[in-house]
Amino acid sequence: MALLEVSQLQLTLATPRGPVVAVRDMDFSLERGATLGIIGESGSGKSLTAMALMGLLPEHAQLSGSIRFDGQELIGLAEPERCALRGNRLAMIFQEPMTALNPLHRIGRQVAEPLRRHRGLDAAQARRQAIALLDRVGIANAASRADAYPHEFSGGQRQRITIAMALACEPDVLIADEPTTALDVTIQQQILDLISDLVDERQMALILISHDLAVVSQNVDDMLVMYGGSVVESGATEAIFGHLGHPYTRALLAARPHLGAAQSRLQTIAGSVPALADLPAGCPFAGRCAHTMDRCWQERPAVARVDAGHWARCLRPEVVQAPFAANPP
Amino acid sequence: MNTISLAPGAWRRALHQRSLVLGAALTLALLLAAGLSFLWTPWSPYEMDLAIKLQPPSAAHWLGTDAYGRDVASLLLVGARNSILVGLIAVGIGLLLGTALGLLAAARRGWIEELIMRLADFTFAFPAILSAIMLTAVFGAGIVNAIIAIGIFNIPTFARVTRALANAVWSREYILAARACGRNRWAITWEHVLPNILPMLIVQATIQFAIAILAEAALSYLGLGTQPPQPSWGRMLSEAQTLMFEAPLLAIWPGLAIALAVLGLNLLGDGLRDWLDPRLNRAR
Repeated sequence: MALLEVSQLQLTLATPRGPVVAVRDMDFSLERGATLGIIGESGSGKSLTAMALMGLLPEHAQLSGSIRFDGQELIGLAEPERCALRGNRLAMIFQEPMTALNPLHRIGRQVAEPLRRHRGLDAAQARRQAIALLDRVGIANAASRADAYPHEFSGGQRQRITIAMALACEPDVLIADEPTTALDVTIQQQILDLISDLVDERQMALILISHDLAVVSQNVDDMLVMYGGSVVESGATEAIFGHLGHPYTRALLAARPHLGAAQSRLQTIAGSVPALADLPAGCPFAGRCAHTMDRCWQERPAVARVDAGHWARCLRPEVVQAPFAANPP
Repeated sequence: MNTISLAPGAWRRALHQRSLVLGAALTLALLLAAGLSFLWTPWSPYEMDLAIKLQPPSAAHWLGTDAYGRDVASLLLVGARNSILVGLIAVGIGLLLGTALGLLAAARRGWIEELIMRLADFTFAFPAILSAIMLTAVFGAGIVNAIIAIGIFNIPTFARVTRALANAVWSREYILAARACGRNRWAITWEHVLPNILPMLIVQATIQFAIAILAEAALSYLGLGTQPPQPSWGRMLSEAQTLMFEAPLLAIWPGLAIALAVLGLNLLGDGLRDWLDPRLNRAR
């Protein structure tokens, strides 16, 4: 049995305009030590999925379906049991390292927090382990820097500290929600390398959420492409880049800037992301797709097999999947 | 509990803030006057001598004597004690209960928050002095009931301020990170929310302290606060009222004392706010 199994996950948000489905019919599973990327633009439901896994959804969100972690159903789990899992077996890294640390506490203490909470260590033991963790994530002079405050660190260093915090209790699943979006490109690569080293070293499962195709393609084995709250394509990273199954993924890949290419204009996807409340009844991408036909507006596409273990939600795979020269980014 | 550490240079910066320095000096003077009154007063504040009533200021009686021949300077010193006692206890009641309720409201949201906030609104619907008068009228005039009445009125003030500040902290990402680490809401409230709002609560406390001193003076003036022969600035004012034209100084001294104490505490509160708020420092 897989470590994490998500089936028929549906997330509804109560808004002043009535309920809006933010994540629809999501299915995926994650084995111990596996890496999964979730890619999509803002509002595609990728961060809400992460929050649903962690049990940190806002109060106006309603979940249905099933999230099974190590055989235990997480939907409807009482708060004390949730707290016992969070930071212990399921951990998360956030997008904005500048605000993810409490400015009033010394960083050693913040890294030690989950150790004291879940492992019951005393202050001295927790501090020793926190220093070892800070050292592992690449904070120089960890023993003396542990007494520094967050404002004394740069953004990249702070992201290393939040990683140390997330890893403190050796979680089974690490969820990284846009961990490098707020960082410089050079720092970005260092942080991603650190995360993948740690994932290998500790046999964690990783869920890497990003809007950046390059980030996802280089760091995960499998990926989910989300659009308008639906998973439009899923499969092994290599299989997807080898043979794009959905027009959205295709358009996304075509919109990447090419260094040195004699391209005067950046290619874009026509139109803009529809608000969740205004999604068409059929395919969420119908309004922007180059291959839309009447059926696309009315009928929600079922998952269609592209290759072994590679699926896409499209009604016209034969048109969409015509040979396309895609170089993996 | 967590200590709040100040950035280097904070003390030197404090000396450059006029309102902070002046407010601290006036507040310190108030505290010193009260402290001094325990050890020494020029005359006994309880000793009456009608032979020397209503004397103007002199070398023997620096600020003169009142209608019963008591030394005004001694009365003022002992009265400061009274004002501080009222301020401390009334603000203490409000700070403790109000902050606890505000933190609870922010941590629990939902109907608990609604209930606490509507109760606060309900209390606010009555003017402060009016409710204090009502309470002292029902439970009897006296310093203890006056303190409790002022303290009760402080609770919703602190509850509102605390909830607003705590809600802002709850929406920060480090709270989400702490929740993702498996901390429950009470641990987060104690370790993350409270230390972050404490500076603002201290500022609010100094302002409430000034309001409490005013309220005590008002209640004593109305005869509902401190009872004779215990000296109080408010009672000195009310006793001086009938002699306004014969001995105007008798009303001026306690009035000045109240004004300076309230001014000092307000300046201290403003100064602390400017000093503790890093955003305002950077703009300077």
